[in-house]
Amino acid sequence: MTVVLPEVPRSPGRHVDEMAFPPRERYHDLVAAYRDSGFEMCVDVCGVDYLSHPGRDLPEGVSPGRFEVVVNLLSLSAKRRVRVRVQVPEADPVVDSLVDLYPGADAMERETFDLVGIVFAGHPDLTRILMPEDWEGHPLRKDYGVGRVPVQFKGAPGPR
Amino acid sequence: MTDDLFVRGVRTAARVAETSEGAQELAPRTTTNSSELRREVGAVLRLPEGGVLDPSDIDVEQRDDETMIINMGPQHPSTHGVLRLMLELDGETVLRTKPVIGYLHTGMEKTGEELTYVQGGTNVTRMDYLSPLNNELVFAMATEALLGVDLPPRATWIRMLMSELQRVSSHLMWMATNGMDLGSTSMMIYGFREREMVLSFFEKTTGLRMNHNYIRPGGVAADLPDGWEDDVSVICETVLERTYEYDELLTGQPIFRERTEGVGNLTAEEALALSATGPILRSTGVPWDLRRAMPYLAYDQVEFDVVVGTYGDNFDRYSIRLNEIRESIRIIRQVLERMPPGDYRVQDAKVTPPPRARIDESMEALIHHFKVFTEGFRVPEGEVYVAVESPRGELGCYLVSDGTSKPYRMHIRGPSFVNLQTVPVLLRGGIIADAVAVVSSVDPVMGEVDR
Repeated sequence: MTVVLPEVPRSPGRHVDEMAFPPRERYHDLVAAYRDSGFEMCVDVCGVDYLSHPGRDLPEGVSPGRFEVVVNLLSLSAKRRVRVRVQVPEADPVVDSLVDLYPGADAMERETFDLVGIVFAGHPDLTRILMPEDWEGHPLRKDYGVGRVPVQFKGAPGPR
Repeated sequence: MTDDLFVRGVRTAARVAETSEGAQELAPRTTTNSSELRREVGAVLRLPEGGVLDPSDIDVEQRDDETMIINMGPQHPSTHGVLRLMLELDGETVLRTKPVIGYLHTGMEKTGEELTYVQGGTNVTRMDYLSPLNNELVFAMATEALLGVDLPPRATWIRMLMSELQRVSSHLMWMATNGMDLGSTSMMIYGFREREMVLSFFEKTTGLRMNHNYIRPGGVAADLPDGWEDDVSVICETVLERTYEYDELLTGQPIFRERTEGVGNLTAEEALALSATGPILRSTGVPWDLRRAMPYLAYDQVEFDVVVGTYGDNFDRYSIRLNEIRESIRIIRQVLERMPPGDYRVQDAKVTPPPRARIDESMEALIHHFKVFTEGFRVPEGEVYVAVESPRGELGCYLVSDGTSKPYRMHIRGPSFVNLQTVPVLLRGGIIADAVAVVSSVDPVMGEVDR
């Protein structure tokens, strides 16, 4: 069975067979097509906040958003890896959930939501996973300060 | 300022008193609708192939007062750290399970963004504390992929030797704790005894028993000590001989087999759908080992077998780990014979600091050394995902560089974190007494789960 993959910008990457940059609307369709063409496993889902590094290398036709959701898929039968990078704007950080395609993405999407603050539409249980439930903010965002233990030295700067 | 601190202290104390995890917990049946219940009962229901579990199998109408939700952990000796399982029980049968994690979360990915590539090894090595060298390996390999440096052969083979010894020590530790969880306390003592031999060798080579920071971007921190061949041969001989003693102690032992055979079954479809890797995936009969399928280091130049199981139960996972110790020893013996001479670090002055002896002679060497360790080296812009086969499965590192000397984003794909998703499927329908054995057979290391 040959599956026609949706036409999206692609580029070669290091240590990966293919990188695809779908727009948000076609992200779920693209991953579904990859799954049907033999990528059995969703190895990793993570989010990156490009707030302080907006000028990254992207193929033509992809407008950078503040966030990026990076999905690594693996085909055990073909021994291939692909990476899907979808741009997510700051104003509306929502992408479709992959849980209906890959149940294993459950915990990884929860982690991305918890630490980067990206909402996965259609995820059945989008709650914090590593931070406490009542935590404010998403620690892996670049505008979230690094924690610091106050040290009582004379004239030391106060806690940030 | 003291006043300010005092006020902050009070506020912190008020927050600490709140210990409930709220929505992260397992909700009682009365407040759970049927679709939610189906999701909790097994992620497998959402398998694209469908029909692995019959939806009518779930007793949605079950009355709430017949079931009971109990907490196992986070302070429980058999949960291998601070894993908390919320179990819904009907008598002794486990109906639903929800792992609640995050009790050991220390924000290591955030910390990693504040450390240079030189310092980064000390951070990642503390994630999976039972196989620290594998963490260092994957971080170093990702950095090198961005730098575009090629390692001298000796560095590659030293890394392979160390990561296989690490696999032996990690699996020995697992054998010990798994034995303990099943009531075989003598296995606990034997496993730790043999592991200590490996750790002594690590101490001799790297200076530390754990958290070595030995594998660094550009090679390894030091050459192997004099006489390492003898030490490693002794480890190989002793451990290999002892694995046959474990066979007598556990493998053929009727009580052990009763407790492990047919307990915690998983099919290959379930394992793939839940992204499980490592011994859990192999126990279901899928011969997937990154060392064989996508060779890194020099694994394509050594002979070894990928051990697979058939039934995907606890016993398969036990025998896979036991036999992987033997396969690792087989690899170590080939490394012993074929260790190439030469440099153990790449001779690129940008990445490698000058040797200690040169600092006494040369001012330039001193400055260079100082700069490498304070500023670090700049890594070209880019992003890369590198994966290695850790004792627990696929350990990946996604590294984004913005051209400075610190990673812009460092994400570690911890195998235990993902493998933990199989626990609800493995436990469903089993009895509570097997919960300890099942969690143990998944081999979660909480340092890596929570990071």
